[in-house]
Amino acid sequence: MSMVKPGSRARAIAARMGQTLPVLAGVVVISFLLTRALPGDPAAYFAGAAADEASIEEIRIALGLDKPLLQQFFLYVGDLFAGDLGNSLSTGQPVAQDLARRLPASLELTLIALLISCCTAIPLGILAARNPGSVIDHLCRVLVTAGVSLPTFFTGILLIYIFYYLLGLAPSPLGRLDFIYLAPDHVTGFYLIDAAIMQDWYTWWGAVKQLILPATTLALFTLAPIARMTRAAMLTALSSDFIRTARAAGLTPRKVLYGYAFRNALLPVITTLGMVFSFTLGANVLVEKVFAWPGIGSYAVEALVVSDYAAVQGFVLAMAVLFVVLNFVIDLVYTAIDPRIAFEQS
Amino acid sequence: MMHQLAENTTAQGRRSTSNSLSHLWYVLRTNPITLLAFVLFALIILSAVFGPALVPYDPLQTNAAIALQAPSSEHWFGTDSVGRDVFSRVIVATRLDLAISIAAVALSFVIGSTLGGIAGYWGGWLDSVLNRLMDTIMAFPLFVLAMGIVAALGNTIENIIYATAIINIPFYARLVRAEVNIRREAGFVRAAKLAGNSDIRVLVMHIFPNALPPMMVQVSLNLGWAILNAAGLSFIGLGVRPPTPEWGIMVAEGANFIVSGEWWLAVFPGLWLMIAVFTFNLLGDGLRDLVDPRKRT
Repeated sequence: MSMVKPGSRARAIAARMGQTLPVLAGVVVISFLLTRALPGDPAAYFAGAAADEASIEEIRIALGLDKPLLQQFFLYVGDLFAGDLGNSLSTGQPVAQDLARRLPASLELTLIALLISCCTAIPLGILAARNPGSVIDHLCRVLVTAGVSLPTFFTGILLIYIFYYLLGLAPSPLGRLDFIYLAPDHVTGFYLIDAAIMQDWYTWWGAVKQLILPATTLALFTLAPIARMTRAAMLTALSSDFIRTARAAGLTPRKVLYGYAFRNALLPVITTLGMVFSFTLGANVLVEKVFAWPGIGSYAVEALVVSDYAAVQGFVLAMAVLFVVLNFVIDLVYTAIDPRIAFEQS
Repeated sequence: MMHQLAENTTAQGRRSTSNSLSHLWYVLRTNPITLLAFVLFALIILSAVFGPALVPYDPLQTNAAIALQAPSSEHWFGTDSVGRDVFSRVIVATRLDLAISIAAVALSFVIGSTLGGIAGYWGGWLDSVLNRLMDTIMAFPLFVLAMGIVAALGNTIENIIYATAIINIPFYARLVRAEVNIRREAGFVRAAKLAGNSDIRVLVMHIFPNALPPMMVQVSLNLGWAILNAAGLSFIGLGVRPPTPEWGIMVAEGANFIVSGEWWLAVFPGLWLMIAVFTFNLLGDGLRDLVDPRKRT
């Protein structure tokens, strides 16, 4: 067996970065094609309904639409590097600025939801795998199949009906904070963190109350794939030779389960997280609409309704870049916890 | 077992069919959940085909006098804000929702199989280009990509179908590519080539049928997902226009009344949507058990 060289892990990371770049390039090409595939004449569209021939022509030249497609593409890439996604028709602001302002709201919701679903799904999957055929195992199976069948927008509405209308436990589903609270000073844009920095626990609690229902809605949706993968991976790990050896060597069941089986089962679970992120970022749009959450998803939906293309395409591109970056981070985590990766590279 | 049976189709055609049928019956008997899925599937198909002819009321007929009535023996699922019968609308919507998802899945099945077959059989640069393309599509959060495509192509039902098809293509292309690739050098393929069959004929008639069993599983799982996707798009106001009865739109319209307690507007279409997706998912799992018992979880 070869020695693990200190540089091999760094090389694995560099190789992974090298794989990410072509994907990013592909994402940029597709989003360019989407902006140029608009029905009708984009120049006439951007000039507005009241524009005459001359002003449409002026817009066409200003947008560079009179140039050949390849040149347009390079202009587009140049704009992207300058952080320019165009202006939103409905807000009148640069799209990049709008997205940056609204991104923390979406990220806060998504990350809390993933935290909830991981904290529920992973223990559930472990318990189900440890006692196959038990009540918990059956519960896990039902939950897994039902979970992927739940339309997120429907779950959200159902939760609003039960916890807001019937029980009166939840605040009205309108945004990140009820109007009786003042938004905390902007530091990170995450209300929970900003309120904690200000030591304003009253507002912090207000933000938590608004967050619970939408985060639960998203979590219910992502629960299924994580629980399913945890269960399957744990079953595989528990039936492998090294677990039998560990048991035969007289290690405590606890040590076997968490120290050996779970550490190995974690790898496929982390791989699944990539797919889960894809679903979550999509479902996020629907959940934000249901709960009037002022994130980038509801921004895109509002833009779609008024045919504000620059805003929608900016949103699609931003989401894709976010997803590519998240996948890269997942791979880094994978490299960090799987020592075999370093061996393979050397 | 299924693979070997499928791979010598002509010689033992009849025996393999009867074996498959008895195997199907065995699986259904021992797995009541799959049986339930088949029953639900039959009900969904029936309501898509005969629903519009059987429903008690015209799904578009408004009547302000009976607006927002709770479910009763007259109106099983109640009435909406302009007095339309929710039950009739939910049942009639089955056809449209099913049609959108079947059309989308059929499109991605055909395009994905073609691309995957070419890449898997000839390999080389075609394979690399295709892999890159599929990676790029999968690099988008898929629902978001569908939104972007519909926004770019225009807000119509056809474009909802195209968008849903495009985001599903990678799943089929990858599956077929893998299935074709492992059989490219198989004995029966060489025999078929030696017998004078052209490459395309070998690919389509000899190799591709072997990919069908796992494809069927994918189709079933995908149908549920396509329904969910299409309903999600119409929920945010893309594709289907009111007053057309469609589950996603009906849930969106009902959402405005949920905070004042008129739950039936959103709950029944949402429930139907859920049952449909649930059925296809169960069916997919059941088919997987049938096709590949080792993957049972």
